[in-house]
Amino acid sequence: MKSYIKLETGEIFEGSWQQAFPDTYGEIVFFTGMTGYQEVMTDPSFHGQIVVFTYPLIGNYGVNPTDNESTQPQPAGIIVSEACGTSGHYEGDQTLAEAALAAGIPVMENVDTRALVKNIREKGDMGAVMSGNPESVNVGEYEPLGERDVIDTVTVDKQITVGSGDRHVVLMDFGYKQSMVDQLNKKGCKVTIVPYDTPKETIEGLAPDGLLFSNGPGNPKQLEHYLSTYKELAETYPTLGICLGHQLLALAFGGETEKLRFGHRGANQPVQDLETNKVFMSSQNHSYVVTDESLPKESFRIKYKNVNDGSVEGMMHTKFPIMTAQFHPEAHPGPADSEEIFDEFLETIENKGREATYA
Amino acid sequence: MPRDKKINKVLVIGSGPIVIGQAAEFDYSGTQACLALREENIEVILLNNNPATVMTDNTCADKVYFEPLTVETVERIIEQEHPDGVLATLGGQTGLNLALAFSEQQTLEKHGVELLGTPIESIRQGEDREAFRALMHELDEPVPESEIVEKKDEALAFAERTGYPIIVRPAYTLGGGGGGIAQNEKELRHIIEGGLEASPIHQCLVEKSIAGFKEIEYEVMRDANDTCITVCNMENIDPVGVHTGDSIVVAPSQTLTDVEYQMLRSSSLKVIRALGIVGGCNIQFALDPVSKQYYLIEVNPRVSRSSALASKATGYPIARMAAKISIGYHLHELLNPVTGHTYASFEPALDYVVVKFPRWPFDKFSYADRTLGTQMKATGEVMAIERNLEAALQKAVRSLEIKHDGLALPECRETADENILNEILQQNDKRFFYIMEWLRRGGDMETIHEKTGIQYFFLRTFATLIQKEKDIAGLSWENWSEEQLLIWKKAGFTDEQLHALSGVETGEILQLREKLNMFPSYHMVDTCAAEFTAETPYYYSSWYKESDRQAEPVENKVLVVGSGPIRIGQGIEFDYCSVHGARALKEAGYEAVIVNNNPETVSTDFEMADHLYFEPLTAEDVLHVAREEHVTKVIVQLGGQTGISLTESLEQAGMEVLGTTSDIIDQLEDRDRFYQFMKQVNVPHIPGVSGHSRKETLKQAEEIGYPVLLRPSYVIGGRGMAIATKEEELVEYIEDPANDIEYPILIDSYKPGTELEVDVLTDGKDIWIPGIFEHVEEAGVHSGDSMAVTPPFSISEEVKQLLVDYTQKIAEGMNFHGIFNIQFVYDAGELYVIEINPRASRTVPVFAKITGEKVIEGAVHLLLGHSLNTWTNEKGLHEEPGYYTVKAPVFSNDKLSGLDPVLEAEMKSTGELIGISKDLSGAFQKAFAWSETQIPLLFKKTGSVYCEIADGEYDKAKPSLDKLEGMGYTLVFPQHTPFDEWIYSEDASAFISIPEIGHKTGKERRQKALIERKTIVTNARTLSVMVQAIQGAPELPAPIESWLQNYALSEKGV
Repeated sequence: MKSYIKLETGEIFEGSWQQAFPDTYGEIVFFTGMTGYQEVMTDPSFHGQIVVFTYPLIGNYGVNPTDNESTQPQPAGIIVSEACGTSGHYEGDQTLAEAALAAGIPVMENVDTRALVKNIREKGDMGAVMSGNPESVNVGEYEPLGERDVIDTVTVDKQITVGSGDRHVVLMDFGYKQSMVDQLNKKGCKVTIVPYDTPKETIEGLAPDGLLFSNGPGNPKQLEHYLSTYKELAETYPTLGICLGHQLLALAFGGETEKLRFGHRGANQPVQDLETNKVFMSSQNHSYVVTDESLPKESFRIKYKNVNDGSVEGMMHTKFPIMTAQFHPEAHPGPADSEEIFDEFLETIENKGREATYA
Repeated sequence: MPRDKKINKVLVIGSGPIVIGQAAEFDYSGTQACLALREENIEVILLNNNPATVMTDNTCADKVYFEPLTVETVERIIEQEHPDGVLATLGGQTGLNLALAFSEQQTLEKHGVELLGTPIESIRQGEDREAFRALMHELDEPVPESEIVEKKDEALAFAERTGYPIIVRPAYTLGGGGGGIAQNEKELRHIIEGGLEASPIHQCLVEKSIAGFKEIEYEVMRDANDTCITVCNMENIDPVGVHTGDSIVVAPSQTLTDVEYQMLRSSSLKVIRALGIVGGCNIQFALDPVSKQYYLIEVNPRVSRSSALASKATGYPIARMAAKISIGYHLHELLNPVTGHTYASFEPALDYVVVKFPRWPFDKFSYADRTLGTQMKATGEVMAIERNLEAALQKAVRSLEIKHDGLALPECRETADENILNEILQQNDKRFFYIMEWLRRGGDMETIHEKTGIQYFFLRTFATLIQKEKDIAGLSWENWSEEQLLIWKKAGFTDEQLHALSGVETGEILQLREKLNMFPSYHMVDTCAAEFTAETPYYYSSWYKESDRQAEPVENKVLVVGSGPIRIGQGIEFDYCSVHGARALKEAGYEAVIVNNNPETVSTDFEMADHLYFEPLTAEDVLHVAREEHVTKVIVQLGGQTGISLTESLEQAGMEVLGTTSDIIDQLEDRDRFYQFMKQVNVPHIPGVSGHSRKETLKQAEEIGYPVLLRPSYVIGGRGMAIATKEEELVEYIEDPANDIEYPILIDSYKPGTELEVDVLTDGKDIWIPGIFEHVEEAGVHSGDSMAVTPPFSISEEVKQLLVDYTQKIAEGMNFHGIFNIQFVYDAGELYVIEINPRASRTVPVFAKITGEKVIEGAVHLLLGHSLNTWTNEKGLHEEPGYYTVKAPVFSNDKLSGLDPVLEAEMKSTGELIGISKDLSGAFQKAFAWSETQIPLLFKKTGSVYCEIADGEYDKAKPSLDKLEGMGYTLVFPQHTPFDEWIYSEDASAFISIPEIGHKTGKERRQKALIERKTIVTNARTLSVMVQAIQGAPELPAPIESWLQNYALSEKGV
């Protein structure tokens, strides 16, 4: 059945979907990774977005029970050139369409995704509506994603503790990915996931050894209200910020963020470590960036930069054990080249512990 | 780190002549590397004796040594040139083996020269299986259970322990040469013997077979700062068990989850770091299709066929970057030339699917063993790009230029139902087509999956295509809708295929498409899935609507038809011609559009033409490109027979074919018209006739008189050519199903004289001939397999003059301009024309290199309508050089079991090389002893020579035999010693096996001698020059530049 995607700028692209869906609004973005659609589909950072996959064959290995990043598919919609209708992989127990359908997410296929992506590249990530009748759609009627309180819809309702270990990390949840928890568990940490608006006292009550500010969807400035708490927390505990968490920490310490014309979403974003000059590939998924010049030099130094556009990819606090990454060291989808950031984080926890003992 | 300023002069080692497992990809990587170095103002000294390459052009290197690839040569060049560094990782296995050899002799240390790029220790660790396995154990990376063996018993004991099947992989061989999979002890005994023999260090790896696992490859790069990237990964549709060079391969992987993709990627990075590679590296994995268990199968610490494929598949120029890294740069300091504004330290993202399909030589070698295994057998490959797998596969299949009917092979169509599965189980080059046939006849996927291990994902793609075939056949023309037609086009069906399936005329389909404006759109290969803008003029088609660029309808634009996959008879030389054609067009102020589908080549480097289209070379595909580019002029003379075959269709579609017409081609190909033409220009030709039926053929042959030379029309490389000395042989030829006879057959009187060959530039009035090649072997040995010498060494000035006069008459008489080739035979005092090829030939690059004349540039000048006298003042034969150049064929016979290594009318060589010297014996010596590992045993060992020579040939061979005896060789004759006794004797060195013309007597013994790596000589004239070569005095290497400087001055010796 024919379906369409209408962009805020007016362009309409044709495709088809297997059954009729009501008009679906989302911020249209594109993801360039050639594998990892399942992780993308279940990454809460994509909440509210319509994801265009640039790789034309999506769904080849089906959807399996083990590679999810959250309990359910997250994007508002999915657009592909060709959706594989079966899963030949030994782990796959659902097809892409089945998984999406079960979550009520429309999948549009037979779309000239390259043409669509070029459009987004030129005009930027923007609002768009998937519809069977595009003429009747007014994209402007919908509230933009950047103005919505999306975090509430993806954060945990109440704290959850996962795994066990010598170290206790509290994860401030803005829409975390399961892989972050898995990484910490693997490295011997107990992880307590708390809602993003958990008061400082409650967190102190958990006696964490370190904090992880997670990734999440939307505009970091929607959380302005909480920044002072985040700052106090970060000054108290060894802290790692990832993606949205990184942006929030920058904002909390007086930095600025801005929206990219089109975000970094893929598995091949080159990041340079400014200390070693070594470049590694990273998994990324963000629309907003911390602006270089806004960073207060007395608090943060830039540790990582994007090789393509020079944007800030990570920071180290000059005084406190705070480190941040705009990219996803936990990978999934994408390369695990920067996995050691978790080790570095745990090292700061160790050092902090030592300070406490010998102070 | 920016570039190392200490490096100002570099010796680059090329890969030498083309053999199976080492083809045009090293011309591509070598060319890129040389240009990358020159860009940095580095003086490039090149050692490579393959003249058909672009790499050996003077635009690629400051000095080119067409010299044997030996340690001796390298050392002498170092002494003469004093380079700062040597780059050996771009010359394939030949380059690497040479590097290992000279490092053993400490050549570089002795002269204070640095080995650039990957350190020798890393090469050794990657290449030496034991060292590699030890490292993998250290890294905790899994390798299949295996053992290094140097004796047969060790292999048998290992198999006893682990069970069969067992894979045998000889160390340091090309394309897995000499290896195989043994299902039982008997097979293992056989394979291990050959394997140990094949390995220059007599070492094999025996390995528990993991056949059936997914075979996945990663192309990885690393710089000295330890930045590592994977450029591309690839998945073989054929699981482990078929050499990756013989597998249908897709890029990127299709059936791996992200977890699996990243697991193998992480392993690749770990391995390249541990090896300490600086440059490119290919890593092959086997992945269990039902668990996360994987194994490392192989690491190639150099650029490879796969890296060329990855470069073309992604747009990322691996060899170019590897060269830059080798002189100190770090990846993040290098711009990605595709986008022009992002950096080389990233990993390409594809938004299309790539299919590589191997091109095998079995259409020519019908007697060779077609089974595919660990020994690569393909001579070349094609690549196709589309937005879906079905269409990419279709494009790949039609790029092969084999006799096929859409997705079917005619012979599969004829196979009985009950035999189809058996054919699939043969695991040979036809497997894909038999699987298609199985599905076509309603067979299930489960059986195929079970028997072949091919993943369901791929089988479903095949089944989708078969379903579409049925849909097409089932829908009557009046019910065709726009939507339906578009679905078929999107699945890759050409109008021809639609016609074959539906019966609707192609003209009608085209008319409908024109009405609907249904034509492909063209997209850029941009390395980044459209994330960034890119400027690369590198395109592929799909059936979406929006092209990435609107081509300008400029007047000065010409399309060059490329030559497709490397195959017997149509090799890298035509790629050289295409590249030069494009370059000449650009120099003449034209925009050059290249259409080609061979991922190994220089012509498909997007930096060569103004616009590169990676497409099949069928009329429909080429015409679509022409339409998109608004180009009306086309050159077909440079792409071998591929271009020639397209001429008529392009003409009919209204394109202006430069320099030629299909009528001229027909005039030369159609026997009757050809003779009429020869009569008209008054030039003698070999008497011949055409047989349009079996009966007529037999009758005609009788009239012409035996022996006769037989060949089907419209061929290159002598496919199906044979000599029949009597009627029984002719009948046998006609009846042999392997020959797949199509009438008319051309029947020539066989004249065993001296063959002469010329390439000719003409404007239809004047001619210019860069040189004459005289063949060593008599006519009857295919010209591609003969040794040839220029200038001629035995014919008189009068004959040469006569040849020029005939050529002049032919050129004047044809309504043709551009470049063509004539083969003559001088027999019993008469000069005859054998054939005229209205296109560039394999000798063109050789003439260009050794005369320093820009032959193709001249041809393009004429093709553009200019007269010859505005290009050169010379007329007729170009001044001859004062030195001899010997062109020698190189065979891959050891890789193709079942093949008879006899020189005959059918071409078998896969590559060629040249040797240059002021005297004949020196040039022959360089041609025979062309590389460290290829020096004939006869040259190395004054042992015993077994002579099995037909009576009719004995007198011709006698003088050479006497000379051999005089040099201390022992001659052994069948009358006294059985062959089987001799072949295993300690001092056996050469087998001289010369059957009667047209006969195959001795085939089994030649094959045996081939396996035993003895020197085999099958022609008295070859023997004669070989004996001369043994006696040649060793010479200092000299670059072509110094030969050219003294072009006519040196005194020729004999």
